[in-house]
Amino acid sequence: MNFDDTAEEAAFRTKVRSWIDENAPKHLEAQLRRAGFASSGGTTIEDSKAWQKKKYDAGYACPSWPKEYGGGGLSPIERVIWSQEEGPYAVLSGLFTIGVGMCGPTVMAWASEEQKRDLLPKLASGEHVWCQLFSEPASGSDLAGLRTRAERTTDGSGDWIINGQKIWTSGAHRSDYGILITRTDPTLPKHKGLTMFFLSMKSPGVEVRPIKQANGDSAFNEVYFTDVRIPDSQRLGAVNQGWEVSLTTLMNERLSIGSGMPTGFPELFDFCMNLQTEDGPAVNDRAVRSRLAGYAAKASGLKYTGMRAISALSKGETPGPENSIGKLVAGAMMQDLAMYALDLQGEAGVLADPAQAAAGARFQAMLLRSPATRVEGGTDEVLRNIIAERVLGLPGDIRVDKDVPFKDIPTSGRAKA
Amino acid sequence: MNFDFSPEQKQLRDQARRFLADKCPPAAVRAVLEGSHTHDAALWRGLGEMGFLGAAIPEEYGGVGLGHLELCVIAEEIGRALAPVPIASSIYLTAEALMLAGGEAQKQAWLPKLASGEAIGAFALGEGVGRVTEASIRATVSGGKLSGRKAPVADGEIADVAVVAAREGGKVSLFLVDLNGPGVTRETVTSIDPTRGQAVLVFADAPAERIGAVGDGWRLASEVMDRAAILMAFEQVGGADRALEMGRDYALERMAFGRQIGSFQAIKHMLADMYVAATLARSNAFYGAWALSTNAAELPVAAATARVSATEAFQLCAKNNIQVHGGMGFTWAFDCHLFYRRSNALALALGSKSTWEDLLIDRLRQRNEAAA
Repeated sequence: MNFDDTAEEAAFRTKVRSWIDENAPKHLEAQLRRAGFASSGGTTIEDSKAWQKKKYDAGYACPSWPKEYGGGGLSPIERVIWSQEEGPYAVLSGLFTIGVGMCGPTVMAWASEEQKRDLLPKLASGEHVWCQLFSEPASGSDLAGLRTRAERTTDGSGDWIINGQKIWTSGAHRSDYGILITRTDPTLPKHKGLTMFFLSMKSPGVEVRPIKQANGDSAFNEVYFTDVRIPDSQRLGAVNQGWEVSLTTLMNERLSIGSGMPTGFPELFDFCMNLQTEDGPAVNDRAVRSRLAGYAAKASGLKYTGMRAISALSKGETPGPENSIGKLVAGAMMQDLAMYALDLQGEAGVLADPAQAAAGARFQAMLLRSPATRVEGGTDEVLRNIIAERVLGLPGDIRVDKDVPFKDIPTSGRAKA
Repeated sequence: MNFDFSPEQKQLRDQARRFLADKCPPAAVRAVLEGSHTHDAALWRGLGEMGFLGAAIPEEYGGVGLGHLELCVIAEEIGRALAPVPIASSIYLTAEALMLAGGEAQKQAWLPKLASGEAIGAFALGEGVGRVTEASIRATVSGGKLSGRKAPVADGEIADVAVVAAREGGKVSLFLVDLNGPGVTRETVTSIDPTRGQAVLVFADAPAERIGAVGDGWRLASEVMDRAAILMAFEQVGGADRALEMGRDYALERMAFGRQIGSFQAIKHMLADMYVAATLARSNAFYGAWALSTNAAELPVAAATARVSATEAFQLCAKNNIQVHGGMGFTWAFDCHLFYRRSNALALALGSKSTWEDLLIDRLRQRNEAAA
């Protein structure tokens, strides 16, 4: 048992390190290291695109994709080593996460060869930003209940006309392309009448409106489709096969290894070391220590669970299901920890002005953002269902709408008679 | 990176699992629970014969000379099977103390017998209710004779030898005491987990030999307990996994309201949370195993982390296993309470969870200050 690189891994790490040393935008480093939770530290889209292009030219933008699609043709463990070494510069790639992590793999699995060679290199290089148009106001965890319609034109072109609304689309306002799941046949049961497309976000009839989030930011959008025309060649998978296609995307969403979700523990520990109370630093207090120890054990457990997954990759194996716990643990922990940090600040914990609040208002920002972490990309409850069903082998929920034609399913405001 | 056990170590784990499935089914645990003995002597001899007890003891002292990673995988299986044997007292603590600080004659005298299971060791630190600290040690040694009262001492009524913390000239040192010699009185005390016995030991001028340097007792005891904490974390992880499996199996089998109870989210989510805790604990135990096997500078941090995490996981899995079983889980006939008892007893052995939480934060602080 060891944490050592194999000879090949060590050689690759050395190569990556020196490449980063020579190529990274070092003038942004201090800014990026200060970048707080869900922020890019004041860097610009141009900064992000420049770094992505540099990485692309060297084969590091999508390290494990095949070279013909703009990847680096590297192994999964090399991808992990790359991301360990990229350090603070990874913040710059946030703009491309959805495209590289979810849209790209879906296109790779379902588009034609010609489309793949056309679209994927531009996605990888950062020339095109992609978004994922899945959630709707009335279908969140129950994604298959979506209602955005795609109907064939009657003009013989085979084109599709899209009408409906998507929501929670990260980065739609900055995106060039999107993958879009629609309902093509409401007379079939809900999972069976869906079809996936990709489209240009500049298409006529696409309107992006930012959502003002509960924390005041606007990182997500609503996207409205009004008679948007999509050629049939932009269909991914067969007509009414969209659910299967979407699973490619969702599996990739939950398969991020080695990146490690932030938990906020190092920041809280640091804060407690420095916060002065009548009895010295807060970390001297037994109640504080007990609380900190619980967080420490969780943060450490996540770190070493990641190490186990990386070890599996290093041996050429597929990591086990234990990696599915990451977001579930980190999301809830971050929220709890933020509340505790404010509690330790006393009445002044209410302040959110970085110039006035403790620790530059870091924990206040965390408090206000953390509810989203427990919802986005699968709610805590969906993740628990996944662990219970796929890892522990428990039965799926009884689904009363499973075999009912979609149009007959009761919905909010339209209860079953 | 290879943060995993080797194929040979996994084979050893399978071998230990098969052995324990055969020699230590739940009925064997129950026989100790309901009988008059506090351990399963035949199982203990078998573990010695198989070389499991001596896995980390060098061959020159009668062990198998494998290493601590091997002992970790065995400990996990001991935990899964709830084996009613004094392995923590005898191997994780007494043998470790001797290997760490024992003189050559002490090692020659006791390690071979501990490795074979012929002799049983105990570790006697605490002297009553409350957190065990250096200041709480009151037993004294004078002229090579120990006097004082130690309680509770795990496996104290069956042990042949004990490592005892006591003051000599005011300073705390560790001493080796032959419990079959003069000046030793033992009293068995009932506990929340009768499958691992607890005793009160009273010493009145019992002959005692010092282990390690004068006044080094508390530091040495802490070091021994760190090592034991990692091994015990594996026991706890094994127990947590088994309790989770029991809960899962029952949720699949038990029907209510016309369906498997495992199809209700209230049950599924409880089991998912048990899986999460058990997974975090396993990963932290791996970290401990790495530190133990390499004698890493991080060992104190890793030990405290593994201990806190494993205690939490086993307690959660054992109590929720009863919850999943509903009323049946509270019957004497179902095995759920065996896990509940053991999880709560192990949570206190080596010092309570809050003690280890304190240690963890101290050590993280020291590590950060050293790094700064």
